[in-house]
Amino acid sequence: MPSALGPKASLYVTCVIDQLYPEVGVSVVRVLRHLGVTVDFPPDQTCCGQPLFNSGFAAQARQLARRVLLSFKDASYVVVPSGSCAAMMRVFYLDLFDNDPVMRQQANEFSSKVYEFSEFLVKVLNVTSVGAQSAGSATYHPSCHLLRELGVREEPQQLLANVDGLEMVDLPNKESCCGFGGTFSVKYPHISEDMVTDKVNSVLSTGADTLVSCDMSCLMNIGGSLSRQRKPVNVKHLAQMLDREAS
Amino acid sequence: MPQIKTQDFFDASALSIKDPELRQALQRVGTGFDNARREAIDEVSAEVWEQWRESARQIKEHTIDHLDYYLELLHDNVTKNGGQVHFARDAEQANAIVANLVKSKGVKIVTKGKSMVSEELSLNPVLEGLGTEVYETDLGEYIIQLANETPSHLVAPALHKTKAQVAQLFSDKLGVPYTDDIEEMARVAREALRGKFLAADMGISGANFLVAETGSLVIITNEGNGRLCTSAPRIHVGITGMEKVIPSLHDLAVFLRLLPRSATGQRLTSYMSMVSGPRRESDEDGPEEFHLVIVDNGRSKMLADPKLRESLYCIRCGACLNICPVYQKVGGHAYGWVYPGPIGAIVTPSLVGLKQAKDLPFASSLCGACREACPVKINIPRMLLHLRQELTESSEPAVNSTPALESILARCYTATMSHPTLLSMGTKLLKLLQIPVARNGRIQKAPFAPLSRWTRSRDLPAVPQRSFREIWRQELSGSNQSHQ
Repeated sequence: MPSALGPKASLYVTCVIDQLYPEVGVSVVRVLRHLGVTVDFPPDQTCCGQPLFNSGFAAQARQLARRVLLSFKDASYVVVPSGSCAAMMRVFYLDLFDNDPVMRQQANEFSSKVYEFSEFLVKVLNVTSVGAQSAGSATYHPSCHLLRELGVREEPQQLLANVDGLEMVDLPNKESCCGFGGTFSVKYPHISEDMVTDKVNSVLSTGADTLVSCDMSCLMNIGGSLSRQRKPVNVKHLAQMLDREAS
Repeated sequence: MPQIKTQDFFDASALSIKDPELRQALQRVGTGFDNARREAIDEVSAEVWEQWRESARQIKEHTIDHLDYYLELLHDNVTKNGGQVHFARDAEQANAIVANLVKSKGVKIVTKGKSMVSEELSLNPVLEGLGTEVYETDLGEYIIQLANETPSHLVAPALHKTKAQVAQLFSDKLGVPYTDDIEEMARVAREALRGKFLAADMGISGANFLVAETGSLVIITNEGNGRLCTSAPRIHVGITGMEKVIPSLHDLAVFLRLLPRSATGQRLTSYMSMVSGPRRESDEDGPEEFHLVIVDNGRSKMLADPKLRESLYCIRCGACLNICPVYQKVGGHAYGWVYPGPIGAIVTPSLVGLKQAKDLPFASSLCGACREACPVKINIPRMLLHLRQELTESSEPAVNSTPALESILARCYTATMSHPTLLSMGTKLLKLLQIPVARNGRIQKAPFAPLSRWTRSRDLPAVPQRSFREIWRQELSGSNQSHQ
């Protein structure tokens, strides 16, 4: 049963992690529980609506946003292991309900409960070291929405710096976009490919054996390119680096 | 207006990206301009920079909100100084105003300072059609005039050309021996232009700012050509967009700090010229006439739309182009009209028509670097999203441009994501469908679009055996104690 001591967090796992990288979700749950957080998973959750919103389908995005607001209406914290989904829910839901005062109010209240995973650890739990261990070297790619919509810059790097035994290598041009951009990657594949090539070259130039980020969609992009080129670089979500049970 | 090729963005960008000389030329964007901008900001500190940005934004916000008032004040003060103000609704009117001046004043030779608005109006062909000789005098503009091309960057119009290409151009068009020594090439251009400055009857300039309280036109250059254009000929015509007005000289001070640093990383520009009317009786020299042509040409549409209004705050520094990962790859010409890059993707649809420019708002990964670099904090990503919505949701067939397949996909996606049971069924279906193409947890060749566009050069993860929601139900939902 939930402990009465720790905070309660509702996990919004994101559809990318749910459908493609479930092991990341498992690590998120383990890390949170290890830190004394009571985690629940509202089972009705699906997509936050971001792919629709970014493609201009605001009405459909609104439909999915309403579902999210309903599924998480009793949550005290909503923890999201993705900078871009968290940005959608915290920042862009407000835009989405610009002309609807009732929903806008709900979106506003919801917005203040949304935390990206690393942000939740550092800002809410006041944790910068989770006691994780690792070997080898890693480099960190700050994803665009995490950085520029949520302003989360230092938190993931603090957490990584405190992983025992892990050597962090700075990623050159780290703040440039990896070229994913949701539907942009298939609307303009030639531009997206060229952008990810630059990112892959930056990653390879560090010599690190692991690439870490807080967004699986960026990692799907960079990792997809690394894997096509048969480059032996591991691709990991921050939660996996902090999870003491993850192999 | 110049030929609109915005509808060809996809093909044009695909060609640009493969052009080795363009790639070489574009390297200067990120490593040159953008690094210089960052260093200039570091020098003054991020805090001070942020204060300047904030005050610049407030000035622009205030002026654009009271644009009618400040344009009238500007008009009155320019007139008081002995200048003439002309308001032009569109490109045709603006060109006609200048053409009439050329005809009525017997102008044979025109020298021009750099003006993006004159590019927007396509003024040169109109004047040349009257038999007037028109010479661009900004070195970059001079190069592209010789090459019969259009600018590819707001600040550096010939940025798309390599040094070797310019050297060849000079040798072909000016009949000078081939040299790629930059100083020598600049000397050749200076020599070719010096006589034109002296012979010109009319100088045409743009304006970086118009100061309402003094009725002044302000231009910022690095070559001094602007000053020669505005002072040597007997007539000076300034042409600019109506958003360039600011209230006072006090306000100008902020922009004089922001603009050079944002554009080229310079602390100060080399030349800052203020023109407040024609020569006075006590002046020894200077133009006899000063005309200021203030152009709307679609800007009032942006003013009227509260979601696009802040695009009028732009001071055309080019910082958003220099930092944009898309611009860095495809260059300016791919955008198909006068204003490229992130700000171009916002402004162009208002000026040439949204449907005509429908690809531009989508030509962005929405990374937000442009907003971070913008010295007046224009929220470009938000406006890109707004334009995407207009294009996708508009009931006007003249605007809506969503492909039928995309609409269907969006509807199916929404339906699936609205019902977790449908989502589970969808996952099962995908697991079956991927059997022929998934190997070792990855898909190397997806059989249909849009996924096949992904797998051209990237692997796609295969759908795993269990989704997170299944793992949660089976293993995680029961216990909340720590798994130490």
